[in-house]
Amino acid sequence: MASNPPSFQKLILTLHDYWSERGCVILQPYDMEMGAGTFHTATTLRALGPDPWNAAFVQPCRRPTDGRYGENPNRLQHYYQYQVILKPSPPDLQQLYLGSLAAIGIDFTKHDIRFVEDDWESPTLGAWGLGWEVWCDGMEVTQFTYFQQMGGFDCRPVSGELTYGLERLAMYVQNKDSVYDLDFNGRGVTYGDVFLENEREMSAWNFEVADTERLFDQFRKAAAECENCLGADLPIPAYEQAIKASHIFNLLNARGVISVAERQAYIGRVRDLAKGACQAWMEKNGWLA
Amino acid sequence: MADFLLELLSEEIPARMQAKASADFARLFEARIGEAGLSAVKIETFATPRRLALIARGLPAETEKVREERKGPRADAPEAAIAGFLRSTGLAREQLEEREDKKGGRTLFAVVERPGRSALSVLAEAIPEIVRDFPWPKSMRWGEASSSTSSLRWVRPLQGILALLGEEMVPFDVGGVRSGAATVGHRFHHPGAITIGSAQDYVEKLRACHVILDPAERRRIIADGAARAAAEAGVTLVEDEGLLHENAGLTEWPVPLLGSFDPAFLDVPREVIQLTMRTNQKYFACTDREGRLAPNFVCVANIEPSDGGAGVVDGNRKVLAARLADARFFWEQDLKVPLEAQAAKLSGIVFHEQLGSIGDKALRIEKLAGWMVERRLIDLQRRRPAREGAWAVPGMSDEERVALAKQVRTAARLAKADLLTQMVGEFPELQGVIGGYLARAQGQGDAVADAVRDHYKPVGQQDEVPESPVTVAVALADKIDTLAAFFAIDEKPSGSRDPFALRRAALGVLQIITRRGLRLPLRDVLIQAAVLVKLSRLGALSSATFPNLSVDVEGEHEITAEVGSFTYRCGGTVVVRWDSASTPLLERGRFIEEARDVEEELFAFFIDRLKVQQRDAGVRHDLIDAVFALRAEEDLIRLLDRVQALQAFVETEEGADLLAGYKRAANILKKEGWEGQGRDVFFSYEPEDDETALDSALDRAEPAVAEALKREDFADAMAILSSLRTPIDRFFDNVTVNDPDPEKRKTRLILLARIRSAVHRVADFSRIEG
Repeated sequence: MASNPPSFQKLILTLHDYWSERGCVILQPYDMEMGAGTFHTATTLRALGPDPWNAAFVQPCRRPTDGRYGENPNRLQHYYQYQVILKPSPPDLQQLYLGSLAAIGIDFTKHDIRFVEDDWESPTLGAWGLGWEVWCDGMEVTQFTYFQQMGGFDCRPVSGELTYGLERLAMYVQNKDSVYDLDFNGRGVTYGDVFLENEREMSAWNFEVADTERLFDQFRKAAAECENCLGADLPIPAYEQAIKASHIFNLLNARGVISVAERQAYIGRVRDLAKGACQAWMEKNGWLA
Repeated sequence: MADFLLELLSEEIPARMQAKASADFARLFEARIGEAGLSAVKIETFATPRRLALIARGLPAETEKVREERKGPRADAPEAAIAGFLRSTGLAREQLEEREDKKGGRTLFAVVERPGRSALSVLAEAIPEIVRDFPWPKSMRWGEASSSTSSLRWVRPLQGILALLGEEMVPFDVGGVRSGAATVGHRFHHPGAITIGSAQDYVEKLRACHVILDPAERRRIIADGAARAAAEAGVTLVEDEGLLHENAGLTEWPVPLLGSFDPAFLDVPREVIQLTMRTNQKYFACTDREGRLAPNFVCVANIEPSDGGAGVVDGNRKVLAARLADARFFWEQDLKVPLEAQAAKLSGIVFHEQLGSIGDKALRIEKLAGWMVERRLIDLQRRRPAREGAWAVPGMSDEERVALAKQVRTAARLAKADLLTQMVGEFPELQGVIGGYLARAQGQGDAVADAVRDHYKPVGQQDEVPESPVTVAVALADKIDTLAAFFAIDEKPSGSRDPFALRRAALGVLQIITRRGLRLPLRDVLIQAAVLVKLSRLGALSSATFPNLSVDVEGEHEITAEVGSFTYRCGGTVVVRWDSASTPLLERGRFIEEARDVEEELFAFFIDRLKVQQRDAGVRHDLIDAVFALRAEEDLIRLLDRVQALQAFVETEEGADLLAGYKRAANILKKEGWEGQGRDVFFSYEPEDDETALDSALDRAEPAVAEALKREDFADAMAILSSLRTPIDRFFDNVTVNDPDPEKRKTRLILLARIRSAVHRVADFSRIEG
């Protein structure tokens, strides 16, 4: 590793520079809670239809069940993904990706990079693709996917999606055993300074405090609002309500109030909403003919 | 003659698909060039993560020329018919041959000579077809071409094609990828293009560029290197063929490296550590001198690291530490929750939508297993000392039996509780194992903890078969309940369809019964299971109780439950009896019928499975039929003992003779339509010596056979029967059955019927083949 490894924010800036130079639109995070960068409209909706699209952005991800009250050095209920989407997938996508790892200081003569089969499927988005998880010395640092379907529609053309786990990558390049020890800004602020208290409080809320009756109510309301938007031929707001419903479902799941039998029904409900939004988006753009 | 080299370079091919892809590649190639008239002396295929390669040795330069003849119409056929033939052959009238036919007329023939095609052009045509039709289990589209859903599909994007016949490039294009004479080396050690001369230098050129083409060689390198690395650290590698294949499929230049982890993690169950290492990280595990898990792992890198591997090992160590920390978190969380508390939550987990929750299932297991112990069905071998290896607790006292029943009930109640643990949520394949660890850690005794751990066993023919009485009871009850439950909702296996693995469950039951010598009245157990399932589906399971069977009335069983008021008798035995005035009579009848139907189907299914199991052990199915035909024997140990004695007997000379005599007697009776049983004869005439001799031999043999059968000494029973063969032979030699005197004829037929009856005490010999 380089003698002076990049700080967490430097890592992001380096990736921004790298992908900006390769023609990507550099976006800011979507301003809603979501479980993965794939939920960003710049990925889901833009993966549909024929138009070329290249974008890169950081997306905060919320996974309530992964909360560990700040006590596990690797698991967080809130973390960052760095997301790149290239449509159509360029022929040298693997090389481009490896170039980005080199840019953040990974030395391929000393470290073992592997592309290990990992087919991606999102039951809540009605989406799937083939690809790999990319390993660096046994650590999964990136999810690499060629989207084949989104919202139940064939991707024409196929997009390539790269999802970097930023904290893992940073722990790797900074040689840290705990995410909370990460150097955030290169001037003494750690990741723990920024986020440890958030993890404690949010874990408590996710697992113990969140009022499940209100959450059930919010789920119903988001689903209803999604239908309302679909009726008004507004796919983007409809899609936002689907994302909202998805996150509320994740919270209910963390609270342990959804039984195994109900789980499938909830996932199915969210999928129908998301697919409905994708369908409306396809129709509105005239891509269904 | 030339060698053909083909390499399909792609982005990383999943390890698990490589072996089959290699085989498919060879098969498709051979078939496709064969259709075009080419064949190779030898075809070899290889797979690495990035390439599928094929080397076909000794291809001819061109295909044989082909002479094709087609018969056309007669020479004097109408113009239109001849014109049609010319069109279809592409020839002119004067190019056709006229030949004399058998009827003296003349028929037109088209003779087409196709010159041999060059192997080069055959290959250029065949390869794109092979690529387009390749049977990947999952394939994908990519890039600009994927704007159309009919674009080329491959397992991952296809990057290049190397195709050389001898030293000549075979030109073609498939899905926008052009064939050429170059490939690339290892992704990091030699990413640039390498020009290949021919099949001769391909393997060595790749090796020079850090690519080992042959997966067998990569496996060898990994196996040897990993064992060496472990030995140098003073530990022993746990060999794992599956991991070997997987790692060979993930590397073009495998470099095994040993690392270690914090021994503090060894508090976590060993199975969890090994499974984490294996499935998540593809690491080999190591053991110390005592066979305990060592705090080491062997990972396999795909590079020769410039720092000797320190960086790779350290990175992998950290990943493993993170995973083990997470596993320990789950383990510690699970330890805090008593299994009893987890078990209480099983009623919220669906077993099957028509069969209620896993909580219901656990309760049925508890009741069935407890009942079996209290009925003394699995606590002692009746009437006979244990055979070698057979399991028994002879002479168990009432106190001991009550204690055993209590342990069995506890184990049954806890058996499924680990399905709710976080550990099993993460690693479903550790069901049972985790429960066993938790039960022990939470203060249960070994008997209960072992039963929780092992009650899924045996899973398949090779698995170990439970031995301790508690485990045997729970394992049997679990499997029998599963069978009774799915049979009750008509989910029986058919053909290759067996989604609930019922054949495996039945085989598991048979393995336990036969390996442990269990004298189980199987039908009795099955009907109890069927009744419990019925009660469970009626929602009455929790109220179902058994009478105190430790002070039971021999031969009477009953279950009481608050759903109705009915009594069911099965061959004089009360099986179900319960109380309430609310259920109408009609339903009562149907309930009993349904439970009995399930039992009958299930018993037939068991006998079927028994034949399959025993066939593999060399037991003749016709002999099982012969014994089973006498009566539906539910004690499978007695059934098999009888079958074994019979098999040994019919293979001796005495047995063959007796069988021949029996068949002769039976054939005559059949021809005469004589249905009656044998009985004592009264000679109203002066009998011949051989008649009386047979009669008295039968008088002696019959009670002796009955007595031997009572002792379950089947070999002796057959020896006694074989004493009949001389009187039978002499009877047939010297006595005419079909005597004109109807009295004599009738008496002699009765004698033959006596022979048949005597033999049938042991088995229905008419079902024995040959």
